[in-house]
Amino acid sequence: MIALLRRDLAIAVRAGGGFGLGLAFFLVVVVLVPFGVGPDTATLTRIAPGILWIGALLACLLSLDRLFALDFEDGSLDLLATAPIPLEAVVGVKAVAHWLTTGLPLTLMAPVLGVMLNLPGQGFVWLVISLALGTPALSVIGAFGAALTVGLRRGGLLLSLLVLPLYVPTLIFGAEAARRGAEGMAVNTPLALMAGISFACCALMPFAAAAALRVNLR
Amino acid sequence: MLSVSNLAIARGGVPVLEGLSFALNAGEALVLRGPNGIGKTTLLRTLAGLQPPLAGEVHVGEDVLAYAGHADGVKPTLSVTENLDFWARIFGRSEIAPAIAAFDLEGLTSRAAQNLSAGQKRRLGLARMMVTGRPVWMFDEPTVSLDAASVALFASAVRTHLAGGGAAVMATHIDLGLTEARVLDLGPYRAAAGVGAAEFDSDEAFL
Repeated sequence: MIALLRRDLAIAVRAGGGFGLGLAFFLVVVVLVPFGVGPDTATLTRIAPGILWIGALLACLLSLDRLFALDFEDGSLDLLATAPIPLEAVVGVKAVAHWLTTGLPLTLMAPVLGVMLNLPGQGFVWLVISLALGTPALSVIGAFGAALTVGLRRGGLLLSLLVLPLYVPTLIFGAEAARRGAEGMAVNTPLALMAGISFACCALMPFAAAAALRVNLR
Repeated sequence: MLSVSNLAIARGGVPVLEGLSFALNAGEALVLRGPNGIGKTTLLRTLAGLQPPLAGEVHVGEDVLAYAGHADGVKPTLSVTENLDFWARIFGRSEIAPAIAAFDLEGLTSRAAQNLSAGQKRRLGLARMMVTGRPVWMFDEPTVSLDAASVALFASAVRTHLAGGGAAVMATHIDLGLTEARVLDLGPYRAAAGVGAAEFDSDEAFL
């Protein structure tokens, strides 16, 4: 399992691995927002947590279709399914690799981009905490969506439509926690709800995704 | 090591083979023959546990089979050594030197797999079977894009494996020079059209 994680990380950071894609997309979204809504700092401050969360979510979505599709195309997925590692663990490890190459860098980059959106000083901590707790859910839910659409050509469209409603609860509570943090209010309730969603997804989604993969490999 | 009784299999909900029974013992090789579309790939995938049989049973021990399909499972950006090392570790092993030697990959170890020729990539895919340490090897068209010398390398690797108490099942059209291999012609087992299709379709649709 460590070998699988190391392989996925190695592939992600090498040429054509798509490591920078999500980060670049996040940067583009956040840089363009002030141009779109105007330079009024009060407006930017108000929308900053929401924009940062939506940007991170869409950046995460961008790299999902590669999660199993590449392994499916070159036959690795068949071989992994017949390997001694349970398929649930394969899904889990690949979701972790996806998070390490997408969710974690996005979380670390968010405060830097928060400056561009005039995020209040007290909001930075809660923005990072909410993203750190929420992005694992985005990766495992995405892994489930990717497993469902793995055999389809151009499955990316269907994948986005399938995954988007599942992302909504995470987005609502994540953005709410970041917003409350930025306005200096208590963040306990949304943060606790989002952490609950995140942990439940991490616990259950690998099983759902493995079941979907088994059906798709037939 | 592997036995099959009264097996019926389907591809895309359409039954392709039925009434198939055979057994494979240590040291034996079985060559599957039959025209395109008879169900060789489907049979191998069913044996590997990638899809359920329509009827009948496959008796095989746990962690016995290693499967090599049409695709090699090679990652283009990883080197030959990294690719083999990854699969060895997945199967809980670490020895890759014999596999590299057996398939004449010594000069290519540090080259990225995307820069290999089709034949070299196939040799890497076949070398992967050696690092799994599994006793029963299953190959689907192993000799595609191999030249005569590489086919001989492959045949000798299989023969060594058989001599070591292993077994092999392969679907192939060309003569590998494995005279000791049993040939199973799948033609007589072709499923009668329509039989069993109805109930299986509903099952698939439900899933």
